[in-house]
Amino acid sequence: MSFRKSAMDHFDRLSEACLDAIGEGEQLTVSLAAEEQQYFRFNNSKVRQSTAVNQSRLNLCIQSCHRRVVFGCDLTGNLDQDKATAVSLISRGRGELRELPEDPFVTALINHGESHQHHTGQLPEPKALFEQISTLTNGSDFTGLYAGGPQIRASCNSEGMRHNFSTESFFLDYSLFTVNAGSENKAVKSLYAGREWETHAFEKSVAESRERLNLLKKDSQPLAPGHYRVFFAPAAVESLLALFSWGALSYRAWKKGDSALKRLIEGEVQLSPLFSLRENFSLGLTPGFNSLGEVAPAQLDVIIKGILGSLLINSRTAREFGVTSNGAESDEGLRSLEMDTGELEESDILNALNTGIYVSNLHYLNWSDLLNARITGMTRFACFWVKNGEIIAPIKDLRFDESLYRAFGTELEAVTRTANITMKTDTYIQRSVGGSKVPGMLVRDFRFTL
Amino acid sequence: MPVSLAIRPEFTPFDPLSALNWIKGEADWLAIRFVEEDKHRRTARNGRPEHNSLVFERGVMIEVLVDGHIAYAATSDLSKVGINKATRAAVSNARSAASIRAFNSCIEQRPASRGEYRTEAASWLDSVSLAEFSDRLIEATRRLGVTDQIVTATAEATLVETRMRYVSTHGSDVFQHTLLTGQHFGAIAQNGIETQHRSLNGPTARCVQGGMETFDWDRIFAECERVGSEAMALLNAEDCPDETLDIILAPDQMLLQIHESIGHPLELDRILGDERNYAGWSFVKQNDFGSLQYGSPLMNVSFDPTLTGEFASYAFDDGGTLASREWLIKEGLLLRGLGSLESQNRLGLPGVANFRSASWNRAPIDRMANINLEPGVSALADMISSIQRGVYMEANRSWSIDDYRNKFQFGCEYGRLIEEGRLTRVLKNPNYRGVTIPFWHSLSAVGNTDCFEVFGTPFCGKGEPNQMIRVGHASPACLFRSVEVFGGGA
Repeated sequence: MSFRKSAMDHFDRLSEACLDAIGEGEQLTVSLAAEEQQYFRFNNSKVRQSTAVNQSRLNLCIQSCHRRVVFGCDLTGNLDQDKATAVSLISRGRGELRELPEDPFVTALINHGESHQHHTGQLPEPKALFEQISTLTNGSDFTGLYAGGPQIRASCNSEGMRHNFSTESFFLDYSLFTVNAGSENKAVKSLYAGREWETHAFEKSVAESRERLNLLKKDSQPLAPGHYRVFFAPAAVESLLALFSWGALSYRAWKKGDSALKRLIEGEVQLSPLFSLRENFSLGLTPGFNSLGEVAPAQLDVIIKGILGSLLINSRTAREFGVTSNGAESDEGLRSLEMDTGELEESDILNALNTGIYVSNLHYLNWSDLLNARITGMTRFACFWVKNGEIIAPIKDLRFDESLYRAFGTELEAVTRTANITMKTDTYIQRSVGGSKVPGMLVRDFRFTL
Repeated sequence: MPVSLAIRPEFTPFDPLSALNWIKGEADWLAIRFVEEDKHRRTARNGRPEHNSLVFERGVMIEVLVDGHIAYAATSDLSKVGINKATRAAVSNARSAASIRAFNSCIEQRPASRGEYRTEAASWLDSVSLAEFSDRLIEATRRLGVTDQIVTATAEATLVETRMRYVSTHGSDVFQHTLLTGQHFGAIAQNGIETQHRSLNGPTARCVQGGMETFDWDRIFAECERVGSEAMALLNAEDCPDETLDIILAPDQMLLQIHESIGHPLELDRILGDERNYAGWSFVKQNDFGSLQYGSPLMNVSFDPTLTGEFASYAFDDGGTLASREWLIKEGLLLRGLGSLESQNRLGLPGVANFRSASWNRAPIDRMANINLEPGVSALADMISSIQRGVYMEANRSWSIDDYRNKFQFGCEYGRLIEEGRLTRVLKNPNYRGVTIPFWHSLSAVGNTDCFEVFGTPFCGKGEPNQMIRVGHASPACLFRSVEVFGGGA
């Protein structure tokens, strides 16, 4: 029996037992996050570490009388054992609900309907994968992580809701390294991901990476800190947009005084009319339901031509502040973001940049001044000095400190006509689901500080 | 009878030694690491409870040595069928990868160890009632809310009890039982568009190993009132100047400075390039050990898993290596890196017992544990009085450093201007930036034991697949000369 089928059957029976265990006046949400993954780590085209992981995490959200507790546990797969554990947790939860003070912002559970979404895949056998990677990357200093296998998210509640989502996919998040003429290490970063592993597609990805690597072999151009025109490739834009999910678009964070976009939200400033951002679950990368089974709209416009559309609001926030929930997760971050494309053709990027910095990737971003939406971070991987529309040389990495209000506002000059869909590569605790669709963008003035 | 914080759900017993017997013939060498971790998160905001959650992690990591290569398989299915299936997956992967392995694995990289370790805690979770604990958190938020302009007052507690047993076919049998606590108490003050955060030592610094006695509520309440007042003071403060000045970093910022610019660059797996695709490489090279003058002669840095009460103290790492205190940097000279027996073997360098995993579902890699800057001889008052014009900074709020660990920029919650040897005005948005080696050479005074404090963080991210691990950092306040500081603004 496949992992998906056995895990879903187990969840169905276990959740039934859990729902049977609740008493009068109690409500329960039962959810599952499960995966059967192969994680293979490579260094210099060799296998550094391989880990096969089979894990199923059950979550029980128990509530009554305006009180709520959430318990999670790892499942064994044995129905009797897991039932005993889950029922003991529900019993403990009942005890806690009696002792905890009232929480007026707990929302009553309702039936959020039913949905079933399954994406099958065709993944390589480990032995064949090792051989392909070893052969195709031979002669390159290849390093990275392969993650592949089925992932499941499921949720049901005592009011009759039932949602499940599964996907079978892989990603190979890798970089190729070289030493340039100035004896510096330089690298290109790539992502090959999908539901069906295709050897020729992987070959093409490696070939393109090798071609870009050649551009890095020249000695680096040292650049003084200062203001530069910058083109950000989609991976770099994705890093910048990730900050929008660090509370910036959260309704609760705004009300708590913790949103970096307070000035935008309160109408003091606007972003560029070239910048539109939405949550788009129709990309099919992540389930449209959150951990409580609440369903978000298929598309939600967050920023429309530089003006705030909607903040992300989960049900608890909605209750606390008297607004309407839009099915956001508890962190009120974007789960499937899409940034609108623009008019800049791929073939015109260097000409449009003219003289400035081409940034492929960014590293380690953080707020440096929340009130002004200012962030700091580093350039990383294949970044180039461009002069009169020609790539001159790779740069020595620079630190920036710049405001989102400038990068996505006054200084945003153009957005590319095409956008890349990328799968999330986070693997903390479990492999993440989700992804994004992001174009590149040209910024006329961006501030580097070190 | 009141419900205590202690909880043991009904789990079917699991004996790792018996499980080892089921699989011992499957590979040249095998080990099982069985982890049970109970993680409580209890929070309150603005006088009300907010989150009450508990996660019970329970599973095994199986390690197999086949044809000179070690592979791993993790499972939460603890039945004989589940253990056998995971073992077969690990053996199959080890066999498939053996011919293209990055390095040779051998049994000497997993010393046969036996022993136990237990946190020195005066009171465990069963000594505190849930209702009382919740009330205390709520009261802390009230103490933070000193005026109506405190729009958010937050109290959070994380309690983590872990039992780990590691057994191997060559006789290792290690059991470690720890109790860790984390605290966050913070206030956000707001006046129109201006918003300022202030907390007790920063959002995640108050992490220690110990029991419920680490929640000294009378002291916490008093500190919450101070922090609420300081948040208000920040609302009306001037920005940190944009200048090159002398700075004193309090221990709750030193923890971050040590973590990012000493801990990570000294990890041997980074130096080996294992992390190049994710966390990054290191400016430190193999031949720097024993020769690189990392900082001023006042700089003495230790790897110390033996300090009682520090967040990442333990007796053995997750490969069974006995943990001991070692000098990483002595009088500014780089001596030793942070590398397990595997990395030591690959690089031919000495290391430490730091082969650590985030949980049962991740394989161990080189991590920090407790990395401490040892106390010097300077009194804090003397350091302040030695400065003509400078900034004193407390509590980290922003951190960023490049992938080779050179160019950093850090920000703090709270600053005080130093003028003519005295602390004067409160400064908001105190930030500074620099480059690792020159910065540590600018270290001009190291505080004495009176200003030595122990902190930690639960959020050290690294590894592919990713792992978030807990580390400890202890330090006195330190003085650095001629540092680029700056404030906020568009």
